[in-house]
Amino acid sequence: MTEHAHDGGEHGAGSGESDAVLSVRNLEKHYPVRSGLLRRVTGHVKAVDGVSFDVREGETVGLVGESGCGKSTTATSLLRLEEPTGGAVYFDGEDITEYDSSEEQAFRRRAQMVFQDPNSAFDPRMTVGESVAEPLGIHGLRDRQRQQRIVEDILERVGLAASDTDRYPHEFSGGQKQRIALARALVLNPDLLVADEPVSALDVSVQAEILSLLDDLQQELGLSMLLISHDLGVVRQVCDRVGVMYLGELVELAPTEELFANPQHPYTEALLASIPNPNPRQRGGAVELTGDVPDPSSPPSGCSFHPRCPRVVPPEGYNFPNDSFREVLDFRLDAETGDVDDDLSTAAAVREDYGLPPELPDGDADAVLSAAIEDVLAGDTESAAERLGDAFSTVCEREAPTLAETDAGHPAACHLHGVASEHAPPELAGDD
Amino acid sequence: MAGPLLSVDDLHTQFDTEEGTVKAVDGVSFDVREGETVCLVGESGSGKTVACESITKLVPRPPGRITGGEVRFDGEDLTELSGKALREYRGGRIGHVFQNPQEALDPVYTVGDQLVEAIRLHRDVPKAAARERAAELLDRVGIGDVSERIDDYPHQFSGGMKQRVVIAMALACDPDLLIADEPTTALDVTIQAQVLRLLNDLQDEHGMAMLFVTHDLGVVAEIADRVVVMYAGKVMETGDVYQVFEDPSHPYTRALLECLPGRGRALDTIGGTLPDPTSPPDGCRFHPRCPHAVPECETDGQPGFRDVGGGHDVSCLLHDDRHDLPRAMEADDD
Repeated sequence: MTEHAHDGGEHGAGSGESDAVLSVRNLEKHYPVRSGLLRRVTGHVKAVDGVSFDVREGETVGLVGESGCGKSTTATSLLRLEEPTGGAVYFDGEDITEYDSSEEQAFRRRAQMVFQDPNSAFDPRMTVGESVAEPLGIHGLRDRQRQQRIVEDILERVGLAASDTDRYPHEFSGGQKQRIALARALVLNPDLLVADEPVSALDVSVQAEILSLLDDLQQELGLSMLLISHDLGVVRQVCDRVGVMYLGELVELAPTEELFANPQHPYTEALLASIPNPNPRQRGGAVELTGDVPDPSSPPSGCSFHPRCPRVVPPEGYNFPNDSFREVLDFRLDAETGDVDDDLSTAAAVREDYGLPPELPDGDADAVLSAAIEDVLAGDTESAAERLGDAFSTVCEREAPTLAETDAGHPAACHLHGVASEHAPPELAGDD
Repeated sequence: MAGPLLSVDDLHTQFDTEEGTVKAVDGVSFDVREGETVCLVGESGSGKTVACESITKLVPRPPGRITGGEVRFDGEDLTELSGKALREYRGGRIGHVFQNPQEALDPVYTVGDQLVEAIRLHRDVPKAAARERAAELLDRVGIGDVSERIDDYPHQFSGGMKQRVVIAMALACDPDLLIADEPTTALDVTIQAQVLRLLNDLQDEHGMAMLFVTHDLGVVAEIADRVVVMYAGKVMETGDVYQVFEDPSHPYTRALLECLPGRGRALDTIGGTLPDPTSPPDGCRFHPRCPHAVPECETDGQPGFRDVGGGHDVSCLLHDDRHDLPRAMEADDD
C-alpha cells in the first residue's frame, strides 16, 4: 500500500495527483434512449455517472459491482474505446480526451486492455505469433526477426513456450488463451493494463493460475493495473485498493483489506455478506437485499441504493429502532408503484407480507402506517402512497450522497456518514 | 427408510465425437437420500452436468449414449424406461432447474401459461385449477403481485425473477427430487443469496431431496449435506459437507479448496490441464497433476474407494495401507 492510501478525500479536484498514472475525474457515459417514430431522445441511461478515482504507479485498483453497475463501461470510456460524455481522464497528467491522433496512438501503446472471453479474442486464422505480433506492427516495429524475438520472449513470460508461436488459437485451452491475450496486451510494454473480468470465464483452478501470473507480471514489469470484476474474491486476491460501484456511481473506495474488514457503505456490506463462505459451519450469513438492481434509465432519486438498502436512514421525527424502517419503506415504495399485492385482504396479511410487526414501536408512525394499510385494503393505493410519502420521507431519497471521507479513513457515499449524519439518529451514524 | 431415494450405480455415459469417444461419465456412483441435498462439484469437463442429465436421460442421443450402469429412483431403474414412462418422472417426481433461466422459458408464452402447461402435463386438472396452483407457486417462490405478473412474458422479468419462475415450474408437481444444474451461476451474488435461501426454505417445507450441481465451493458450503467431487468423469471423493471441507482427503479436493481466491494469501495452483477426454490417462485420472503421485498411481485404473471414516469415501492410493504417504499430505498443511 502506498503512503497515499488515505488521501482519497480530495475527489473532483482539477488534475490528477502527481504519482497517479491514471486519474479519472467525474467520468460520465450516458447513452441516449430513443423511442417513437422519429427516434427522438427520450431519456438517458447513465451507465457511468460521475466516477472519480486514481491508479498510482505500480498499483492494482479493482472495480467491483453487480452486472449493470457500469464497471465495464467505466473501463472502456476511460480508455476512450467509447467516447465519454463528460468528465476528464488524466494519463500521466495529460487529459486524454484532448489528445490529437498522434498523441492518441502513443496512449494506445501505453494503455492496454484484456477482455473477459479469451475464446472470442483471437482471429482463428492467425497463428498465435501473428496475433501477438500484430500490435508491434501497428506501432511501427515491422522487422520480422525483432518481432519474433519479442513475441517469443513475452510468450515465455506468460508461461507458454516460444515454439507456440506457430500454433493456432483453437489448439489452446481457455486458460492458455487468456495467457496469450495477456501476452498480446503486454507485448508493447504498456504502463497501464485494464483487465475486464479476466478470469470469470475460467475454472477456479485456472483462475488461480492466471491471477498469480497477473501478480507476478505486475511486479516484474512495474505495471499499473485496473481490474474489473464481479467477484470479490478475485479482487481481494490481487488488488491494492478497491472501488465499489452501484448503478453508475462509485459508492466506496478503500484499501482492499480495509474494505473487507470495515465496509462503510451498506451496499458493500451486503455484497460482502452475499459471497458464499467456503466454510460449512458458517451458513446463512447473507444480508438479504430486497428486490433487484433498479432500471438504470430511471434510477431512484437521492441515493440510488435506497430502495434496497437495509440501513436506510429513517425519517426525522419518528423513532425507528434497529433498521426497522426498511420494511415500512418497502411498503411505501410498492404503494407508489401500485405493486402492493391485490390478493392481500386483511391488515394483518399486509403486515405479514412486508415483514412488519403487528404494531410499530413508535405510536405516531404506527398510526400513519395503519391508516395507509386501510387505504390499500379499500383499494385506494394512491392515497396510501401519498400518506406514507408525506409522513415518511428519508434523506436517502431526497439528497444524493457524495463520496466523502468517513471515520474509517476511506471515502464512502452514504448518508450514514459525513455531513448528512445529523439526519440520522446517533446510533446509526456511528460505526458498529 | 428402505433405501436411498436415488441411487446412481456405476453409470457410464459417452459421446461419439469426430475426435473419438468421450467417456464423459465413466463409472459414477452416488446416492441421494430423501430430503437430503447432495452437491456434485467439479470443474468444467468433469462430467457433473452429464451425470445429472443422465438420470432422466436428458442427454441428447446421438451423440450421447448411456452405456452402462443403473439409475434407481425409488426402486425403479430409470435407464430401462421408455420415453413415455420417463416423461412421467421428468417434471413430475423429478424436477429440473437449469443454469440459464433465459433458455428454460419460452419467450412467446406468458409464465402463467407455461406453468399451467407444466401442471396439466402431469395432473389431470381443469385449467382454472391449474392456474390457481400456478399462482400459488409463483407466490411461494417470492414473485410479488402474482395476479398481475402471472400474465407477464418472460422478458418482463429480471434474471433473478426468471430463475424463480423456473424453480416454480420445477416444483409444479411437488417433486421428490429437484435436480438443479448451476441454478445460480448466471446470477449476481446478491440475487444468488436470495435464490439459495429460497431453495433452502422450499426444501424445508416440502422435504424434497436436492441434487445440486455447481463449480462454486462457496455455494456447496452454504447448502450441501453431502458432497460428491468429480474429476474427468470419475468420482474422487464423497462425504458429508464437514468431512469434505474440513478433512479433504483426495489431493484433487485439497487442490480445489486451496485455489479459491480471496482468502488473503498467495494462491496455490493445481498446474497442468485436464486430461484429453478421448484418451484419459490410465490409473488415477488425477495422477498427471497430482503432487503426491507415486508410480502405482499410473496403472490399474481409478483406485477403488476407501472409507477414511464415517462414510467418507476416497478414491486414492494414498489412503491404502501399503502407503504411508498421508503424512506427506499433512506436511503441506502449513
